[in-house]
Amino acid sequence: MRREEKRKRILINIFAILLMIYIIIPFVWLFISSISPKVELIATPPHWIPEKPSFNNYLKLMGLQQASISTGEIPPFPTAMRNSIVVAVCSTFLSVLIGIFTAYAFARLEFRGKNAMMLSVIALRMLPEIALVLPLYMIMQKLHMSDSKVFLTLVYMSFVLPFVIWMLRSYFESIPVSLEESALIDGANRFTIIWKIVFPLALPGVITTCIFCLLTCWDEFLFSLIFTTSYNAKTVTVAISEFTTRHMIDYGLMMAGGMLASLPPILFALLMQKYVVNGLTEGSVKE
Amino acid sequence: MIKKTTGRRGLDMGVNPYLYIAPALIALAVVVLLPLLYAFFLSLQKTQGLKGTFVGLANYAAILKEEYFWQSTGRTAYFTVVSVGMEFILGMLVALLLNEKFRWRGIARAMLILPWALPTVVNGVLWAWIFNSSYGSLNGLLSQMGIIHKYVNWLGESRLAMNCVIFADVWKNYAMIALILLAGLQTIPGDYYEAAKIDGANAVQRFFRITFPLLRPSILVCLVLRTMEAFKVFDIVYTMTKGGPANGTQVISYYTYQTTFQYSQFGPGAALSYLVSLFILLMALVYIRLITGKGNAA
Repeated sequence: MRREEKRKRILINIFAILLMIYIIIPFVWLFISSISPKVELIATPPHWIPEKPSFNNYLKLMGLQQASISTGEIPPFPTAMRNSIVVAVCSTFLSVLIGIFTAYAFARLEFRGKNAMMLSVIALRMLPEIALVLPLYMIMQKLHMSDSKVFLTLVYMSFVLPFVIWMLRSYFESIPVSLEESALIDGANRFTIIWKIVFPLALPGVITTCIFCLLTCWDEFLFSLIFTTSYNAKTVTVAISEFTTRHMIDYGLMMAGGMLASLPPILFALLMQKYVVNGLTEGSVKE
Repeated sequence: MIKKTTGRRGLDMGVNPYLYIAPALIALAVVVLLPLLYAFFLSLQKTQGLKGTFVGLANYAAILKEEYFWQSTGRTAYFTVVSVGMEFILGMLVALLLNEKFRWRGIARAMLILPWALPTVVNGVLWAWIFNSSYGSLNGLLSQMGIIHKYVNWLGESRLAMNCVIFADVWKNYAMIALILLAGLQTIPGDYYEAAKIDGANAVQRFFRITFPLLRPSILVCLVLRTMEAFKVFDIVYTMTKGGPANGTQVISYYTYQTTFQYSQFGPGAALSYLVSLFILLMALVYIRLITGKGNAA
């Protein structure tokens, strides 16, 4: 029995190490490629550890170092990052602001058509972006709103808002209704109740919801690809895809771009790990 | 003080619930419902330049007769079934592993967040670089180890390219399944296993008699969610292969994108997007049934 136990321990450790290797190796290669000079990047056999590592690719992307002529124009990465942040934060903020009341109504109030509306919200959350991209494109042309961060912010709400309503409703439902009832008896009005009682109690849920919304917006690609034409509004995901459409692909530069685009969501998700794990289960398994 | 309780949970104080939901409903009507209706209107038209003529359901009929449509649907089905299948198996194994107690469990679980939070587009370009036929690290590694003698053109052959895209997709997306299933596993009381052990059940029996039935709701929801996500696949195809080679990775979303924005076939493009949505909607109905609990009876 003890020997079996010991063998199990060893097996578990081996699998754990394999898992960590499986996860980490591509990240390591992403980083190594980003600090390898071009010559070493295309060496055969590959230089697993660069002989002359340099952060030139990062400097080029940040616009701190002139790009070589062969690379051509480099997407202005700081601008793209700023666009991503602006669009993600604005559409998350707007969606939470109006979604919080809707979620509250779905959780606490009774009204005609409630179930049908809630089911529609869930269905909308599942709608593929490809279904909306053409009509939104035509509308954008008619309104002359091409290449605008405002338009991106609004269309991102098409997937952020249903998600917010759905998540927050489930958090509100987990708060005992008795607290609100006693506040009502004490004569508090509904808005005060939401602001003073429900909101603080649901705060972890609100934070989780915001994290997921921000990450989803940061990850978004198709809308940004179709609705933008310049770095007035292009987001970071589109900036990365632009390396591949150039005449010559500078993989080192592209990997440096990948690192820069990944650091904010990864650091953010790691810091908020507790909320992420909670949100994954709350958001998908429970009603 | 008027306090009226309607229904089991209803709290009412004379406020109009519709005032609470109106802002969100208006926003959704503008950014989702109107565009959807507009897309339907477009799908009934034949477009030439910016002018359209009404053709009824002709676009739909034409698409359903088209070979490309069925081929790209077939590729999407292949991508969906294989990637979700692998992600589920891998996710389940990882969840079972992380449910055991060992020294680096916390670190390993935190590491699962890394691929989950990595943007899909970055995942795509990273794996396109690893699979690169001339300078990619995979070819370099395999030839240094003596496994291959000639560099393989991973993304240069239809079926192989599709499998490489699936590999990249699995590497990122099993993490979500693992995290959800792990949370499910942690709710199963340890006593169940102790009792089963005393009754002489082996590990496999314990898995299929205790773990699997108790995890079933989480498993079903994971599978349906991932299936819907996988069926919509676009970003990773765009960044890794652009639908190529020889249309080998041209999944349905990519086909719709090409029809609409590369060939400017707005009518057929809109009709295609409706067909994709229809399938997703059917999946969503299954999902809704599962989370509202009716699925458990089935």
